[in-house]
Amino acid sequence: MGARVNAAASGTANWVDERTSIGGFVKFFARKLFPDHWSFMLGEIALYSFIVLLLSGVFLTAFFVPSMTIVTYDGPLATMQGVEMSEAFASTLHMSFEVPGGLLMRQIHHWSALLFTAAIVTHMARVFFTGAFRKPRELNWLVGFTLMILSLAAGFSGYSLPDDVLSGNGLRIIEGVTRSIPIVGEYISYWIFGGEFPGEILIPRLFTMHILLVPGLILVLIALHLFLVFLHKHTQYPGGGRKHTNVVGLPLFPVYTAKAGGFFFVVFGIVALVAALFTINPVWNYGPYDPSPVSAGTQPDWYILFVDGALRLMPGWLFDVIPMEWEFWGYTLSLNLLIPALIMPGLFFGFVALYPWIEAWATGDRGEKHVLDRPRNAPVRTGIGVALITFYVVLVMEGSNDIIANLFHLSLNDLTYFFRIGIFVLPVIAFWITRRICFGLQRKDRELVLHGKETGRIVRHEHGEYVEVHEPLTDQERWLLVSYDDIAPLEIEDEYNDRGVRRKGYRWDRFKKWLSHLYFEKRISPVTPEELEAAQHEHH
Amino acid sequence: MNALARHRYHRAAPVVLVLLLLALIAGVAAAVSTASSAQATTATADDVTEGQKLFAANCATCHGMDAQGTDGVAPSLVGVGAAAVDFQVGTGRMPMQQSGPQARAKAPQFSQEEISQLAAYVASLGAGPAIPTEEQVDPALGDPANGMELFRTNCAMCHGSVGGGGALTQGKYAPNLWETTPTHIYEAMLTGPQSMPVFNDANIDPEGKRDIIAYLKAQDEGSPGGLRLGTIGPVAEGMWGWLVALGLIIASTVWIGSRSS
Repeated sequence: MGARVNAAASGTANWVDERTSIGGFVKFFARKLFPDHWSFMLGEIALYSFIVLLLSGVFLTAFFVPSMTIVTYDGPLATMQGVEMSEAFASTLHMSFEVPGGLLMRQIHHWSALLFTAAIVTHMARVFFTGAFRKPRELNWLVGFTLMILSLAAGFSGYSLPDDVLSGNGLRIIEGVTRSIPIVGEYISYWIFGGEFPGEILIPRLFTMHILLVPGLILVLIALHLFLVFLHKHTQYPGGGRKHTNVVGLPLFPVYTAKAGGFFFVVFGIVALVAALFTINPVWNYGPYDPSPVSAGTQPDWYILFVDGALRLMPGWLFDVIPMEWEFWGYTLSLNLLIPALIMPGLFFGFVALYPWIEAWATGDRGEKHVLDRPRNAPVRTGIGVALITFYVVLVMEGSNDIIANLFHLSLNDLTYFFRIGIFVLPVIAFWITRRICFGLQRKDRELVLHGKETGRIVRHEHGEYVEVHEPLTDQERWLLVSYDDIAPLEIEDEYNDRGVRRKGYRWDRFKKWLSHLYFEKRISPVTPEELEAAQHEHH
Repeated sequence: MNALARHRYHRAAPVVLVLLLLALIAGVAAAVSTASSAQATTATADDVTEGQKLFAANCATCHGMDAQGTDGVAPSLVGVGAAAVDFQVGTGRMPMQQSGPQARAKAPQFSQEEISQLAAYVASLGAGPAIPTEEQVDPALGDPANGMELFRTNCAMCHGSVGGGGALTQGKYAPNLWETTPTHIYEAMLTGPQSMPVFNDANIDPEGKRDIIAYLKAQDEGSPGGLRLGTIGPVAEGMWGWLVALGLIIASTVWIGSRSS
């Protein structure tokens, strides 16, 4: 039996190989080494939830009708009987209540969309905090960043498809924001909606965007993203024998293929479990779109919530004196929309996209980095990351201000005033606290390397002195704690040379110096072999 | 025990006595409760007198002995009608426990009979909306689809799309409506308690009010999609997505990643 199966398998493999020469590729991929760590699987969660999205999405397209033609509902739902609605909404109700398994598929699709975006953000945070974006991976950071933006586009276009009151309100906000762009906003809005909002062509257009354009782009960029991972080889956490010039790990086949294949089913299973237990986007509660009603608790899905929060945060009048809406020659300039909904996300995402270059200017290091940083060993970067998260979370909380006010019996107005100050103050405090914690952890590491671990064993010497016995670290433990880059702040040449001639590029250098001092002026250096030697002498 | 006594006290006598006693209690209780429900619909002069006594003892501190109100403390109750009293006292909002952005609902402090007496007294002070009849508030007679459209246009901006509640300004809020009785929902629309506007019969006719009650009671069936997460929309969904879905999956990455080299 076994021999026959083997013969059949090798025969088939040989048949394919003789016609495609694929054996070489398979060998190359199967022997590709990957370092092992749970946090390297966060990107996989995003990939697998995308596959779940494709599978469940194909099912949904079989029943969804992307049309804004008005029909009268006649189906099993008593609260919608005889109500006028678009075909898009009616077909969503039909697939939810009349197609067997349809509601479960809708819920799987929506839950995995939330998971897809959440996994991307978590993966980005891992890459950021460990410094995996450094040379040569800056390009792949940009590819990943673009994937994140595309996931928002995919999510928002899908969220709007059922043509319900909740998502329609979201589109109304998009329309308002588009119109706030000076001069061209009105034209762009008419171009998107094919005339006055809501028009009759938006749902078909969003449908094309949601099922063809955006997923197509995501697929292409995922391929590029993974290709670059193969090309650069995977990064690894610091540890004994791990250097910028090697990769310590296991081959892709068989362990990782089994783990990754199994993990797909873990992700799919958990999404299916959550989708079977918890209602998501109950459009039958919101009703068919009608521009007049806006219900309490109207929010976008979580990944757009920060923009909603910024809109809620923005005062109409600055300090009750300066109006945020101006009129020039018949044109309205709505800063109260422009700043929170376009300029703020632009700056926020722009900073995130360009971060690898900003840090490269500060370090001035041009070497390739394949060993990751422990977050504590890059205190300023870690601080900036936590500050960005704090900024984002404040906006999300403000976006949920009515829910928070209601749940915790707080005043909505007080919450908004608090967040208006918090948006500026809390990220700074978060940065400062995080950097302090990093320094503290680094000092603790130095202490461990120099003096070893406390054993809790007290020994009394003959002359009466009591000491606690410290156990020295093993070589592996010490490697982890001392192998990080000790970067000194950049020093630059003077503005004028000895003949009093001003040199070119001084201002740029001065900026880099300022940045470098911000990063590295205060730092905890790793223990040097000499220091270790000296500390050991002191003990004996 | 002699023969006579044995004859007199039958073995089953205690059981029979207990059953008779229970029947008597049940009968009296039934008579009393029919009497009180009859009182709820037709107030007598007796009710007004009793109501006045209750009012003087429990409400007059703030609303004044004549129910004329006190400036800056409590409004005048002349002309608010029996419906307002039945709602405010029946949902426990009055008597108010403490000052705050708005009076919170709590367990009612009076029996239905006492509430009816108070309502009769306040109604006697001036004409106002009456307590609706059983038929006016019967959800079975309403059209939930029309109720959905009316609710969405008139109520959902504060109470949420299916009456789950929502926040208003300065700590005020529109409460969740799922536990509210049909009569109290009707009375609230009729009298506009606290921050709520009045929806009189010209605004939403009595049939429309009943349709809204039918729509709200349709929510008792729960969600076809599973647990509702409070029906507060995408914020709860996002939080569950992060905590439960991503949380479980990250926990499994740690599990998968721990069995390694």
